[in-house]
Amino acid sequence: MKHFWAVLFLLVPIFGVLAFVLAPYYNHSFPRDISENGRVIDQLFYFILYLTGILFVATEGALFYFMWKYNGRTNREPVKYSHGSHTLEVVWTILPAVTLLFIAIYQMNAWADAKMRKPDVPVTAEITGRQFNWDVRYPGPDGILHTQDDIILVDGEIHFPAGEEVLLSIKAADVLHSFFLPNIRMKQDVVPGMQQYMWFKCREQKAEVDIVCAELCGWGHYKMSGRATFEPRSEFNAWLAKKYAEQQAHRITQATAP
Amino acid sequence: MSTITADSHAHAHGEHAHTGSFLSTYVFSRDHKVIGIQFLFSTLIWFFIGGLLALGVRWQLAYPWSDMPILGRLLFSAQGGQIAPETYTMLFTMHATVMIFLVIIPILAGAFGNFLIPLMIGADDMAFPTLNMLSYWFMWPAFLAFGTSFFIGTGPMSGWTSYPPLSLTIDAQKFWLVGLTCVGISSMMGSVNYLTTIIQMRAPGMTMFRLPMTIWAMFITAVLQAFALPVLTAAGFMQLADLTLGTGFFIPEGWSWNNTLHAAGGGQPLLWQHLFWFYSHPAVYIMILPAMGMVSDIIACFARKPLFGYKPMVYSIAGIAGLGFIVWGHHMFVSGMSPVLGMTFMVATMFIALPSAIKVFNWLGTIWGAKIQFTTPMLFALSFVSMFIIGGLSGIFMAATPVDIFIHDTYFIVAHFHYVLFAGTAMAVFGAIYFWFPKMFGRMMNEKWGKVHFFLTFIFLNGVFYPMHILGWVGFPRRLADPYHYETFRHLLPLNQFMTWCAIAMVCSQSIFAINFFYSIFFGPPAGRNPWHSNTLEWQAPSPPGHGNFDFQPVIYRGPYEYGSPEVDIDYYPQTMPPPQNRPVAAPAH
Repeated sequence: MKHFWAVLFLLVPIFGVLAFVLAPYYNHSFPRDISENGRVIDQLFYFILYLTGILFVATEGALFYFMWKYNGRTNREPVKYSHGSHTLEVVWTILPAVTLLFIAIYQMNAWADAKMRKPDVPVTAEITGRQFNWDVRYPGPDGILHTQDDIILVDGEIHFPAGEEVLLSIKAADVLHSFFLPNIRMKQDVVPGMQQYMWFKCREQKAEVDIVCAELCGWGHYKMSGRATFEPRSEFNAWLAKKYAEQQAHRITQATAP
Repeated sequence: MSTITADSHAHAHGEHAHTGSFLSTYVFSRDHKVIGIQFLFSTLIWFFIGGLLALGVRWQLAYPWSDMPILGRLLFSAQGGQIAPETYTMLFTMHATVMIFLVIIPILAGAFGNFLIPLMIGADDMAFPTLNMLSYWFMWPAFLAFGTSFFIGTGPMSGWTSYPPLSLTIDAQKFWLVGLTCVGISSMMGSVNYLTTIIQMRAPGMTMFRLPMTIWAMFITAVLQAFALPVLTAAGFMQLADLTLGTGFFIPEGWSWNNTLHAAGGGQPLLWQHLFWFYSHPAVYIMILPAMGMVSDIIACFARKPLFGYKPMVYSIAGIAGLGFIVWGHHMFVSGMSPVLGMTFMVATMFIALPSAIKVFNWLGTIWGAKIQFTTPMLFALSFVSMFIIGGLSGIFMAATPVDIFIHDTYFIVAHFHYVLFAGTAMAVFGAIYFWFPKMFGRMMNEKWGKVHFFLTFIFLNGVFYPMHILGWVGFPRRLADPYHYETFRHLLPLNQFMTWCAIAMVCSQSIFAINFFYSIFFGPPAGRNPWHSNTLEWQAPSPPGHGNFDFQPVIYRGPYEYGSPEVDIDYYPQTMPPPQNRPVAAPAH
């Protein structure tokens, strides 16, 4: 087959596009989004996916077409003795430049929402990454963090109120970790010695999702997982009260133990 | 090794009566061609080792905690062939370390830079031959240090980026850092040499804008290395001091490990990331620009047509290099770096896609209206273009900061850099080996088996790396020994098994290359000076060139891409061929 290689290269855009078209039908795409901000990030992803998809098909298509048409074995025309084209260079410099600048500016608002515009609400909880667990500290009945009545949990089961802005103070105790909630589209590395904040809003009333550590933190990195439960404010408060009571009971048994 | 170069030096002895002991001719040689071939062999061996390490990683991702057949016994006999989480962490750390520092960087600059620069500019050797020899021999302490680090404790296991404070808790990291420093010294010696040689030793008539793209790319790469490397070397020493001398450059106040408070403190873990990426982002271009240069030469040669837009190609390489210094922060969008800086780095990063796009358009322009000869080197070069489009476009996703929040540290990133570094650079290197093999060893490689090798590698590499985009889309994180205990990623196991089998098949297909390579060194058909009918200078020298390279004084009349010129009857026009009006005597060689 004279055009074997051209056809082989045509498979790249065909399978390349097909993979992205079919993957969602097999649940191989974004995990379920439960957040307010996540939608924006997903839309930006798809925006770039379509844009680059068009460019991908166009450039790979041109490559295939030229390989087919200008195959030395079949092309009887003399080669085009050309050293380039100034006009073309200008066109294919300015067009991508404008497009890229547009993409960059188009992203800025979502970035600012996700990382720069910290909401003006009290801190819901303090999360501390340590090898290999996510510890959480909630303010106790007094509503203030770092007081005697704080509720401290180290079992990786973390609850958040749903339907309202959650503000987390996040830290690392030993090495770098990264607090990643795939279903919220939110991720932030935690750095020893640095105090950082993270915020999001769950738009579903009830959800239980994975907490993933996304920054290498040692041999046990793979098992540094947790579960985040989102529930309405009333249920969250009740759960918190229950945990507070358990902790108090535990303290009393500890204190009265012989 | 000695038998191979014996061939080339039989030539040298005949022509130049060059005398020297066996040791100074073949081992501690100062001839750039021997040094280049030494680099080539060393890096190919490490390429094999790095590939096996990758297979270990892939096995664990496909069949977590199950005994690895054949290799498992060999590598992890202590665990009965099973990969422990420590071992897994070491495997991906060392896979990246070996591939980046011991394969890609030295094979591009060390092997091809050394071999090609003097030949393509018409010089008899490098400007500083002894320094050149040292640049190779400084790789050996690196080989030893990295090699030893495998056996210290559980081996280096803080990723190829060696982020503190984790790296400060691992003993093997000391050896790893020493290895890194030695690679740096070697690269620095090389780059100083390349810069001087290209500036000072061009043959008469070889103006800067008559240099082949390979040389332009090597030149700009050398500039990148010379300016970025000192930062990494300094940072490496700082981390080494934190590990051994008790300083605290990267250790925050009040940091304790194993219940011991670290005395120094007052440092910043993010400082390392800034310093590391200030080198390692330009290093990404150090790992791709020479490949782009070689691909440009190969494509023009087999398109039988001038390179489209030579000057824009040069300027775009320079543009990539310039912008390459101000984009390092895109590795740190979610690291805790100021989000305001994140925006700045996003804009700079978006713009670095521009010169890459210009290059792709110009390669397409080169094969437009051509008469393409589908030789093995050409197939690899064209696949570089095809795959680089994927690697380039996926870069836009991670440059966009909000999207990067999700895909950062997922397999989307892994897909991106494997498309650039394996499907891009490694394929270009294969192409370059097939292309310049006749010049290196005086014999041709087998075309048919070369094409079989290309076909299998091309199919399987896409089988391994393309699905990584899909994994990243789900959020599948990098560097996890067992991601399947997460509910979100449990259903990704079958896809990972498919990828692993493609990886195994891809590694196996490389045996075709290995056999072809070694067989052709001894039994390939003799190549003659210019088997590809190429214009560039190295093809006017004997194959293989003797000591001193040229058996005539090269004088350059034109640029390297005059294929299909109406001025001559043949479809190529070597740089050394005098123009018709002053051609009383036949050109010395073509």
